[in-house]
Amino acid sequence: MSRGVAYYILGRFLQSVMVLWIIVTLLFLLFRLAPSNPLASYIDTTFTKQQEAALLARFGLDKPLGEQYIIYLVNLLKLDLGDTFSYSGKTVLDILGADLPNTIYLTLTSLLLAYAVGVLGGIVMAAMRGSAFERIGTTFTLMTRAAPQFWVGMLLLTFFAFQWKLLPSSGIGPPMVRYRWETEWDKLMSPVFWRHMILPTFTLALYLHGLPLLLMRSNMLEVLDQDYVTMSRLAGYSEWRVMIQTAARNAMLPVLTALTLGIGYSIGGNVVIEHVFSWPGLGRTLVRAVQQADYPLAQGAFFLIAVIIVFMNFIADILYSLLDPRVGASAQAQVS
Amino acid sequence: MQQEASVRGEPPGKAKMEFRQGSALRQLWETNLEVFQRDKMALFGLFIFAVFAIVAVFAPQIAPNDPLTPLKNNEGDWIKDAMPYWLAQPGEDEAEGYVNNFLLGTTNIGRDIYSQLIHGSRSALLVGFSAAAAVAVIGTVVGLLAGYYGGWVDAILMRAADVAFGIPFIPFIIVVSAFLDPSIWNVVVAMAALLWRDTGRVIRSQVLVIKEQAFVSAARVSGASDLRIIFVYIAPSILPLSFLYGSFAIAWAILTEASVSFLGFSDPETISWGFMLQDAFNSLALSREAFYWIVPPGLCIMLTVMAGFFIGRGYEEVLFPRLRRM
Repeated sequence: MSRGVAYYILGRFLQSVMVLWIIVTLLFLLFRLAPSNPLASYIDTTFTKQQEAALLARFGLDKPLGEQYIIYLVNLLKLDLGDTFSYSGKTVLDILGADLPNTIYLTLTSLLLAYAVGVLGGIVMAAMRGSAFERIGTTFTLMTRAAPQFWVGMLLLTFFAFQWKLLPSSGIGPPMVRYRWETEWDKLMSPVFWRHMILPTFTLALYLHGLPLLLMRSNMLEVLDQDYVTMSRLAGYSEWRVMIQTAARNAMLPVLTALTLGIGYSIGGNVVIEHVFSWPGLGRTLVRAVQQADYPLAQGAFFLIAVIIVFMNFIADILYSLLDPRVGASAQAQVS
Repeated sequence: MQQEASVRGEPPGKAKMEFRQGSALRQLWETNLEVFQRDKMALFGLFIFAVFAIVAVFAPQIAPNDPLTPLKNNEGDWIKDAMPYWLAQPGEDEAEGYVNNFLLGTTNIGRDIYSQLIHGSRSALLVGFSAAAAVAVIGTVVGLLAGYYGGWVDAILMRAADVAFGIPFIPFIIVVSAFLDPSIWNVVVAMAALLWRDTGRVIRSQVLVIKEQAFVSAARVSGASDLRIIFVYIAPSILPLSFLYGSFAIAWAILTEASVSFLGFSDPETISWGFMLQDAFNSLALSREAFYWIVPPGLCIMLTVMAGFFIGRGYEEVLFPRLRRM
């Protein structure tokens, strides 16, 4: 790696840190918009004034806004996200730590499935351009992107869980089984867990496959126009070899960037699917926390999702600059 | 949320946009005309919006019942969970003391589903079009200013776009609508506050190309002010791009509003398709296999969202000719 690229990566990293700091500041201000005192749902009506004041002091809410902001930033740096209101005796980090793996399993499995299908589908669509099959296929893909995810989930639930009783309708496993999973590894080795994952994964993948498919299709069409593709055709390679080895490899690069970005955005966007399937992940916790006015938990979940998105955006930028020589060159030109 | 037209503000396929010659307004009109003449799907999208717009305007006249008032039978009890008349057992309604003329049945508290569906088109179109207009205007102005001035203006605006890209979309809208009054306008404002990011970036990169063209230098030499160059000379060339992103924004806004309502963060006094699905989900319509309740709102959302996609793709094919089906 040349020095120019290293400087580019460092610059991007500092920029990401700054972006995250601004987001965190906005988050602080956003939660000051909350309709009532953030402790309103926590404070019992039987509390005396002294008890109330003691509680406010414990959360630092009696201090001026500027001081609260500093405390908030310092706590975030120490990864101290505070205590939840609605789960007694647990910290926000405990809850989010338990949720994060579930969200990651669901997101990554769906993304891998969606991108495998999408990339292959995009190649096929490009190869069959102009055919009736391509028109029907593309229209179907557009339909999956236009249909609300939660609605597709509801329909699948009605058929597979309620009408045919083939698959479980919610959660990650019956409580009795869940009790026996001591580690994440036990969970991942449990067939019950995977059975619960089928419907949400399929619903999410059905939505997610559209972007790589359409992207791959248009990249392929563009690449197939290039001289080197014509050259390898003239060299007598079979059509499949031209399609896969020459064209698809080059058309893949933007799809890889999209996948990296997709990880971040899906983790933030899974809220709806997690809600439909009662999947105990970050999104469902966020929705519940907002509904129950558990502000520290909501703020923590929001923060964690934002960190993941900003981080994946950073990785995508780096990938893009490494894969696309033009971006790398201009990055070097900028620093030198 | 990722946009159809691009992954974070790259013009699709890095294809070059075609510029047109001729007077600003005429070329804009010609582009719009070409989109709907060339692309039958875009025209179909326009037709879908037109139909829903008519339904939305005349909703109170078309809907047979009030969407929120529970209907009652002769004894004054709610007509709960009535099946559509074409599915119900004949004679069941007489035995229960009402006349079943419900096209899509009733909800678990006796509200008319068909009337809700009709009224739902109002919030969908209102949210879709107002959010899209806001996104297109903010994105266009940001892109124009950042691309034209460059320097610190560009730096600040593009870092703001980075911030907007980093904020989780649905969570942000949920939190905003939970903290402010539940109304569709807060959802619109929250969406517009983030969704301008794609439009802004793409328009900025096009402005960078356009400002090097001869007619811009000519305008500058002839003494036109910066603002005049931006809004009179450059803006018309990139407006079709604003329409493109606006059309996709209609789709995303309708989809997002549906999600937020489904999660229960909408005004319960405003009927929307997402609200209907939330109602069905929470009252266990799924386990009763009440397809007449679940299917129609979702289909309406899908149709209006696809209409936005179709129109957006129509613009894409005219503006980025290399993407055209070959």
